[in-house]
Amino acid sequence: MSNENENQAGLVQPEALSRAVKEAITAVEAAATIEELAAARSACLGDKAPVSLARRAIGSLPGKERGEAGRNVNAARGEITAAYEDRKAVLEAAEAERILREETVDVTARAPRRRAGARHPISAQMDRIADLFVAMGYQIGEGPEVELEWFNFDALNIHPDHPARTMMDTFHIADGDGEYGSNMVLRTHTSTVQIHTMLTQEPPIYTVAPGRVYRTDEVDATHSPVFHQTEGLVVDKGITMADLKGTLDHYAKSVFGPDAVTRLRPSYFPFTEPSAEVDVWFTAHKDGPRWIEWGGCGMVNPRVLRACGIDPDVYSGFAFGMGVDRALMLRHGITDLRDIIDGDVRFPAGLRVEE
Amino acid sequence: MRIPVSWLSEYAALPADLTTEALDAALVDAGLEVEEVHDLREQVTGPLVVGRVASIEELTEFKKPIRHCHVEVGEDEPRSIICGARNFAEGDLVVVALPGAVLPGGFAIGSRKTYGRLSDGMICSARELGVSDDHDGIMVLAEGMVGEDARPLLGLDEIVFELAITPDMGYCFSMRGVAREVAHQLGAAFTDPAAKAVEHPATAEPPHPIRVETEGCTRFTLRAVHGVDANADSPEWMAKRLTQAGMRPIGLAVDVTNYLMLELGHPLHAFDLDRLEGDLVVRRASPGEKLKTLDDVERALDPEDMVIYDNTGPLSLAGVMGGESSEVGPETRNVLVEAAHWDPVAIARTSRRHKLTSEASKRFERGTDPALSALATQRAVDLLVEYGGGTLSEKVADVDNRRPVAPIELPVDLPSQTIGVDYDRATVVAMLEAAGCSVEGGDVLTVTPATWRPDLADPADLVEEVARLHGYRHIPSSVPRAPAGPGLTPEQRRRRRVARALADNGFVETFTFPFVSRERADELWLDPADPRRDAIAVLNPLDTAAPLLRTSVLASLVNAVRTNLARGARDLAVFEEGLVFKPAEGWSELEKVELPVSERPSDEAISAAIRRLPAQPRHVAAILCGQAGPDGVEGPGRQVDWADAIEAAEIVAEAAGAKLEVVQGELAPWHPGRCAELKVEGEVVGHAGELHPEVCEALDLPKRTAAMELDLSAVPLPDLAPAPVISHYPATLIDVAVVVSESVSAGEVEAALCEGAGELLESARLFDVYRDAKLGEGKKSLAFKLALRAGDRTLTNEEGVAIRDAAVAVASERFGAAIRE
Repeated sequence: MSNENENQAGLVQPEALSRAVKEAITAVEAAATIEELAAARSACLGDKAPVSLARRAIGSLPGKERGEAGRNVNAARGEITAAYEDRKAVLEAAEAERILREETVDVTARAPRRRAGARHPISAQMDRIADLFVAMGYQIGEGPEVELEWFNFDALNIHPDHPARTMMDTFHIADGDGEYGSNMVLRTHTSTVQIHTMLTQEPPIYTVAPGRVYRTDEVDATHSPVFHQTEGLVVDKGITMADLKGTLDHYAKSVFGPDAVTRLRPSYFPFTEPSAEVDVWFTAHKDGPRWIEWGGCGMVNPRVLRACGIDPDVYSGFAFGMGVDRALMLRHGITDLRDIIDGDVRFPAGLRVEE
Repeated sequence: MRIPVSWLSEYAALPADLTTEALDAALVDAGLEVEEVHDLREQVTGPLVVGRVASIEELTEFKKPIRHCHVEVGEDEPRSIICGARNFAEGDLVVVALPGAVLPGGFAIGSRKTYGRLSDGMICSARELGVSDDHDGIMVLAEGMVGEDARPLLGLDEIVFELAITPDMGYCFSMRGVAREVAHQLGAAFTDPAAKAVEHPATAEPPHPIRVETEGCTRFTLRAVHGVDANADSPEWMAKRLTQAGMRPIGLAVDVTNYLMLELGHPLHAFDLDRLEGDLVVRRASPGEKLKTLDDVERALDPEDMVIYDNTGPLSLAGVMGGESSEVGPETRNVLVEAAHWDPVAIARTSRRHKLTSEASKRFERGTDPALSALATQRAVDLLVEYGGGTLSEKVADVDNRRPVAPIELPVDLPSQTIGVDYDRATVVAMLEAAGCSVEGGDVLTVTPATWRPDLADPADLVEEVARLHGYRHIPSSVPRAPAGPGLTPEQRRRRRVARALADNGFVETFTFPFVSRERADELWLDPADPRRDAIAVLNPLDTAAPLLRTSVLASLVNAVRTNLARGARDLAVFEEGLVFKPAEGWSELEKVELPVSERPSDEAISAAIRRLPAQPRHVAAILCGQAGPDGVEGPGRQVDWADAIEAAEIVAEAAGAKLEVVQGELAPWHPGRCAELKVEGEVVGHAGELHPEVCEALDLPKRTAAMELDLSAVPLPDLAPAPVISHYPATLIDVAVVVSESVSAGEVEAALCEGAGELLESARLFDVYRDAKLGEGKKSLAFKLALRAGDRTLTNEEGVAIRDAAVAVASERFGAAIRE
């Protein structure tokens, strides 16, 4: 027993500790895997390890030597532990790296997990126009698509003998017996919303009405019986045709780009006087910068104001109406209107229009 | 309206250096839309010259007679030319296209060997040159210098503007009107062609007895020429102008009336005086009368039609078209020329009633110049005598019921106030005078419009004239300041959110025409009593097979799906937002309320009138078919099913801020066992699920196609939402499985559990459905995971169990549900 104590006492000698540390560091650093490192740890720091035996031997030393021996043993142990921790970090990092490498996938071999949806470019365009005018303080007006003739024609100063009222342009609703005379039509323009707005609101009125309209045009590359318009109506004190021109300039820049300009050409509409056709010049046209016909406009005919109970001696106003489908075709170089209307999902999916 | 520039220049002193572009711009600035500019100089390109036929050699050895000619064309030697026509003789002047010329239709002339001879050019017919439809062989010229360019002789040195005339500018259906506008735009002198004749007053004796018995005839003038060659060829200049203006020369009498109509805008009519029997009478037609018009159609006359009669009956549909019995024919020697002025509305109605539009009706219904009637007949008879011989009768008939043109009061500053351009008084007066008005007065002008401007009736019409004639290009640009606005309405914002949410979740927005066939209701398997069969019909549909307006969006949205399938698509998810049309209750029996236009209709009248309109709620519908995701590297794709359709409805409800209740439903066109009824706040707002197999079959849709439709208008807008209470304590999770009979739906059980669990239940989620013989016949086990949480403490296990038991107790009481251990 005393011999053993003596041997153990020898372990606390600095030389022995230093040798133990050196051997331990060699063993730790030789460990190639986490498992080998665990074995090395138990050999270098476990119960049977020289530094552990040395700690136990401290008790058998004379009291005054114990302090220093303790510090030496702890220092040796600390050195080995640090070497172990370093090695452990290295091996764990290598292991983590190996797992990540093993988990490599081909990121280009992928199945889509969601369907691609899209809004229709016409809706997107109409929302964008609405936003432009809402930003200017306008409200967005609405009205029915099956409409009384009075709203579609009479109130807009289109008298009963006007060509637009004949069967040529207008879808008429059959009466109860399937005959003519229901007094109802599918609205031929969004100008009907002007009437609804003026009958229900007091001036000042600043309204834009995007919507669907109907005319008896057979489908071809540039015509459709169902299409979309945006109607504008302003009724206020002191409104002039210059206000109309400025508003159209602003609108044109939003739809056709910042370099767009407009010009007015004298024309005729029953519900405006003076009336004008609006042309717009823009650079983004697929065939190069040019003038194109955009829509119709004018100063609200005083007869229309009167039919809606607005005094034309106090108020004046302007109105405009533009085809949404046509503007979309011109801006994006669409050559066949049927692409817009026939319901093919590749069209909305393929033409992203900023909302 | 086709405007040859040389004709125009006779009345508007066009500057010598005026370019086609500048004239185009002047027309457009005047409000005359240029549809097309025809440059007739480009109709035939290359050398086209006058030739003289020097010699003709008849070749007879071929199947048809052929001529080998030598034609002098101003060169050293005559040209050798082969010709198949025979209507010319040696010494005639002809039109020769030399090699290098290209005739209309891209027909290039070359030098070639034919019929054994050299053909070094072509002797042309009017048809080959595109000058007229004349089939009568080679054009033989009356005059011309051999070798000179033949184009001026043929009228091919001309530029013709084709104009679209707006309804308010009827006076521009004439050279006179267009010249006046162009002269003003260019600052050039205007010569009124009406000044070419002098108006003679009516004589005591008319050239033919005439009685006007209807108010719709404002003026009726007659002149006669006796012993005239009514079918003589018109002079070349007149024939050329008629051709350039798009009318075919026929014979002198008809050509003169057409020529003056083009020149003055006043239609005229030539009767064969010898074919008239008894007095001419102008009146409205009597019921049952018939008239065969010049287009060879027998027409049943309407009591509103204005008609010209003689003793034999109706002769002419006044202002629209003449009849066969009195027209100028090959034997005509005595011609009666008529120029009348008619009520535009009456002419418009007759024209539309008979679906008959003529050059005359086009002008009369827009309003002609009644001041010109007598002048026009005078010009006509002058031209007839000059070119057809005969004797002009001194007798003049002029039934004149004109009323003076009513003056319009125009505040002199109204144009400036309306347009935003500062027009001084002199400018306002000058522009109105340029429009032909006479102007008097000071601060308020008294303006009498010209007789050719019946469209000028209101001060606003005069404002337009000032702005138009001064030039729209002078109108500046300003933006009015609108009052601060409220933005989009909650409904409008919601509609956008719904569409965006569906698009963001993989649905493609489409538009379909709302027109559906009568058979669509059967294809959708609708019950005979289904209210969706009650649809509004279009009287004049483009496609007679689809006359009805849809009562559901799905009814037309299936068309988009079919289109895509036909083009090879297999996996589809589409949606549409739009109106559906539901007839108002008993609408066809409701009174048609006439609303005024001279003043605002009363609110009562408006609401009485719009009662007949169909209800037009806004629906959103979606259809899915094929796979939700395709077969791929991760394995087979998932087939869409009923649950995808319900989820689409949930996307809509979530975007709309509404809480959707899904209960078992049964409604066409859905599969009766796979249809969810969708409710918001207890009201049914739509359905979703798998389509009925018969519907898929009838509409050629893939099996198991799924669909949903929601009435967005019926979904209430969400109230102002209180903020949620966020508990900081952990949730207690308890699973519970209950056994119920098959007929009980999971949704009902979940609702019962939620009710029983009370306020501390945070969520309940179905996670297993289990069927086993041990459970018993017709039974199933539904397993739910309940999440329980209190706001002020962590719930104990005992509390959790108590809540679970309370939940089960309600389910048990309602459905006999037993807890499964």
